[in-house]
Amino acid sequence: MYQIRRKRKLNATVTRMEIDAPMIAKKAEPGQFIILRVDEKGERIPLTIADYDRERGTVTIIFQIAGATTEALNQLNEGDWVQDFAGPLGKPSDLEGKKKVAVVGGGVGCAIAYPISKKLHQQGCEVHAIIGFRTRSLAILEEEFHHASKKLVKMSDDGSWGEKGLVTNALESLITAGEQYDEVITIGPLIMMKFVCELTKKYGIPTVASMNPIMIDGTGMCGGCRLSVGGEMKFACVDGPDFDGHKINFNEAIARGTAYREFEQKAREEACNLFQGEVK
Amino acid sequence: MANMSLVKHEMPVQDPEIRKKNFSEVALGYTREQAIDEAKRCLNCKQKPCMGGCPVQIDIPGFLMEIARGEMEQAYRVIARSNSLPAICGRVCPQETQCECKCVRGIKGEPVGIGRLERFAADYHNQHAGKTPEKQEPNGHKAAIVGSGPSGLACAGELAKKGYEVTVFEALHLVGGVLTYGIPEFRLPKAIVEQEIKGLQKLGVVIQTNMVIGKTVSVDELMDEYGFESVFIGSGAGLPKFMNIIGENLNGVYSANEFLTRINLMKAYEPDSTTPVMHAKRVSVIGGGNVAMDAARCAKRLGAEVTVIYRRSEHELPARKEEVEHAMEEGVEFLFLTNPVAIGGKDGWVNSIVCEDMMLSSPDESGRRKPIPVYDSKFERETDCVIMSIGTSPNPLIKATTKGLKTEKWGGIIADEETGLTSRRGVYAGGDAVTGAATVILAMGAGKKAAAAMEQYMRKGE
Ligand SMILES: Cc1cc2nc3c(=O)[nH]c(=O)nc-3n(C[C@H](O)[C@H](O)[C@H](O)COP(=O)(O)OP(=O)(O)OC[C@H]3O[C@@H](n4cnc5c(N)ncnc54)[C@H](O)[C@@H]3O)c2cc1C
Ligand SMILES: Cc1cc2nc3c(=O)[nH]c(=O)nc-3n(C[C@H](O)[C@H](O)[C@H](O)COP(=O)(O)OP(=O)(O)OC[C@H]3O[C@@H](n4cnc5c(N)ncnc54)[C@H](O)[C@@H]3O)c2cc1C
Ligand code: SF4
Ligand code: SF4
Ligand code: FES
Repeated sequence: MYQIRRKRKLNATVTRMEIDAPMIAKKAEPGQFIILRVDEKGERIPLTIADYDRERGTVTIIFQIAGATTEALNQLNEGDWVQDFAGPLGKPSDLEGKKKVAVVGGGVGCAIAYPISKKLHQQGCEVHAIIGFRTRSLAILEEEFHHASKKLVKMSDDGSWGEKGLVTNALESLITAGEQYDEVITIGPLIMMKFVCELTKKYGIPTVASMNPIMIDGTGMCGGCRLSVGGEMKFACVDGPDFDGHKINFNEAIARGTAYREFEQKAREEACNLFQGEVK
Repeated sequence: MANMSLVKHEMPVQDPEIRKKNFSEVALGYTREQAIDEAKRCLNCKQKPCMGGCPVQIDIPGFLMEIARGEMEQAYRVIARSNSLPAICGRVCPQETQCECKCVRGIKGEPVGIGRLERFAADYHNQHAGKTPEKQEPNGHKAAIVGSGPSGLACAGELAKKGYEVTVFEALHLVGGVLTYGIPEFRLPKAIVEQEIKGLQKLGVVIQTNMVIGKTVSVDELMDEYGFESVFIGSGAGLPKFMNIIGENLNGVYSANEFLTRINLMKAYEPDSTTPVMHAKRVSVIGGGNVAMDAARCAKRLGAEVTVIYRRSEHELPARKEEVEHAMEEGVEFLFLTNPVAIGGKDGWVNSIVCEDMMLSSPDESGRRKPIPVYDSKFERETDCVIMSIGTSPNPLIKATTKGLKTEKWGGIIADEETGLTSRRGVYAGGDAVTGAATVILAMGAGKKAAAAMEQYMRKGE
C-alpha cells in the first residue's frame, strides 16, 4: 500500500497528489509513468510522473477526473492509501543535447509536459512552452510553467485565458516569426498531437509525441497499448510513451482509444452515483 | 489385486451446458473410492517407466500404492518429496505426453490416471490441513527471486526450506505468474495458487508485488545495494506475438495475454470489477495451444460463439488433450487446416476475418509436417473479435537492464541446463524465460535445480 502525503485540487476536475513511493522516486525520470490501482477491485491505470522528490521519497501525479477510477482516486485524502503503485515505467524522454525546444501541451497533457519542460529548462535549453486549455477554469500549472520556460504562451479555445485559439495557431506564429526549434515535444489529446505533428512536418521540425493508449500491465505483456509507428507495431508502455510524431498512425490510435467508451460511460455513472450517495 | 479395467475412471465434471456459463472449476476431482479404485490399476512396475516421463521424477508407483491402500496423507508425502506444487501439476500437466504416455497400462487401453490421482492426494492434504513445514532459522544468506511464476515459486520454496532469506519480486499486483493471470479459474482455482503462496510465506518467503525489476530496481542493484548474494530470474515468456497481418490493430483484436489478463487477473467477468472486457458475439481464436483453449473457453463463458482457427490438423493440436475435449463439449467450434491472412474492419472495429485453407506437407527429417497454403482457397468469415494465441517470447526488459546477461537471438536467457547459471556470476535463470513458452512442471523443475546451485554458490561462493 502507498500513502498519499499531499493532495491539492488544481481545478474542478484536476487533482495533484504526492504519494509515498521512495523506490520509484529514486529512479523516476521525466517522461516515465506509474500504474496504480486504487483498491482491491480496481482497474490498473497509467499516470505520468509529474514530479518527484528523491529525498522525501515522493512521486507526484496530476490527474484529470475522467471516469470511474480517477473519480475513486479523487475521493481519497491525505493519509489514505492506494492499493498498488508500480513504476517508473516506460522510457524516459530523450532530453539530452537540445538547445531550443517548443513544448506544446494541451489540457491535462500539460501535467505530463511539465516535468519535461522543467528538466530541459534546468539543463539550460531555451524552452518555449505553449499550453492550451478549453477555458480559464480548466487552466493548470501556469505558475510552474513560468519557472520552467523562457517563453510561455497561454492559449484557450474561448479566449478567457491567454490568447484565443489553438496551440497549433500559437506554434505556427512562433515558427513563422522565425523561431528555430531543434525539436517540438507535444503532449495532449490525440487530435491535438495529430495536428501539431502535421504542422511541424510541413516545416520539417523533428517532433516527439507522448502517447497515452489504453494500458493494462504496463510491462509489455499484453500488447493492449500497441501503436503503429512507421508501419511497425510498438508497445507504448515499453517502447514509449514517446515516439516520432511524424511516424505515428494517429487515426488508428484515436480509434483504439475509444474501444471501451460504452463501458466507461456506464462505470463512470455508477461511480458518480456511488460517491454522491456517500457524501449525502 | 490390481484393477484390470482398460479405461481410466472417468473424472466427474460439471455438466457442459452449465459450466459454459460459469467460471467455476470444470473437473471436480475423484472421490476417495474412485481414487482407490483407479490407483489399483497401477501394476507397480519394477522399472517404473512412468517416472521417466515426469520432469521432476515423482515416485509414481510409490504414491499410487499408498492411495490404493487408502493412505492419502502418505501418498501426498511421497509426491511432496519431488514436487512442491502437486495440486497445480495434477491439474495442468500435459500428462498424455509426460508420465501417462510412459505407463505400461497405456499399451493396451488407457494409462493409469496419474495426474488425477496426484491432484486427489494434494487436494486431500490441503483439505485436511496437514502440518506445513515450520520457518527455518535464518542462515544469514539472502537470495532474490525475480518473477512469481512456478519457476520462481519453486526456487523460493526450496531455498526457504533450508533457511535462506528469500524475497520474491513480482511486477504485477498479484503473485503466481501465468498461474494467476493466464490459466483461468475454471481450470485452476486461484484459491489453490493462493494456498501455495501462503505456504511459502509461512516458510518465511517475503513477497513484494509492484516491483518491476529493471525499472523499480535492477538486478545489479539487488546485488550491489540491497545485499542479495544470488538472484534467480524466472520472468517467464510474456511478450505476445502477433501475425503481422492487415487489420491487427483494429478494435476487437486482442492478444490472448490481454484477453486472459482482463479476465483472470482483473476478473473483468465479475460485475463489480472496474476493468472492462469486450462481450463479443462471434469470437475467432487463432492458435491451437493451451492458451488458445483457455481464451476460447473464456470467450464462451462470456456468451460468445467461438471458433478456434488452427493451421494444422486436430492431430497436431499442442493443447492438453483434456482441454480440447472440454472445449469441444462446451460447444467451441474448430476450423482445422486454416490460417488467417487478413482481418477486415469497419469504423475501426473488426467485422470479418479472411482465411485460407492449408494442407500438411509430407514429414521432414524431424518428422514434422509443415502447413502450406492451398492455392486460391481464401474465404471470409464474419467475426467481431479476434484473439491471437500464436505464442509468446521472453520480455526483453531484464536483458536490457542487466549488465552482461547473455541471451539467445530470440530473447531466451542463456543458462546452464543443470544449474541455471547465466553468464553473470551469482545470477541464475529458469522456466519460460530460458526455454520460451513451455510447461508449469518444467518451469518448477528449473527453479528447483537452480535453487540447489544457488545454495552451493552462497555457501561456498562457488
Ligand atoms: C502513459 C500514460 C500516461 C498518462 N498520464 C496521465 C496523467 O498524467 N494525467 C491524467 O489525467 N491522465 C493520464 N493518462 C490517462 C489516464 O490513464 C486515463 O485518464 C485514466 O486511465 C482514466 O481512467 P478512468 O477509469 O478514470 O476513466 P475511464 O472512464 O475508464 O476512461 C476515460 C478515458 O481514459 C482513457 N483510458 C481508460 N482506461 C485507460 C487505461 N487503462 N489506460 C490508459 N487510458 C485509459 C480512455 O481514453 C478513456 O476514454 C495517461 C495515460 C497513459 C497511457
Ligand atoms: C493461458 C496459458 C495456459 C497454459 N496452460 C498450461 C497447462 O495447462 N499446463 C502447463 O504445464 N503449462 C501451461 N502453460 C504454460 C505455463 O503456464 C508456463 O510454462 C509457466 O507458467 C512458466 O513459468 P515461469 O515461472 O517460467 O513464468 P511465468 O508463469 O510466466 O511467470 C513469470 C512472472 O514473472 C513476472 N515478471 C516478468 N518480468 C518481470 C520483471 N521484470 N520484474 C518482476 N517480475 C517480472 C511476471 O509478471 C510473471 O508473474 C500455460 C500458459 C498460458 C499463458
Ligand atoms: S508432476 Fe506432472 S508429469 Fe509428474 S507425475 Fe505429476 S502430472 Fe505427471
Ligand atoms: S507404468 Fe503405469 S502401471 Fe507401471 S508403475 Fe507406472 S503408473 Fe503403475
Ligand atoms: S500495457 Fe500491456 S503491453 Fe503495454
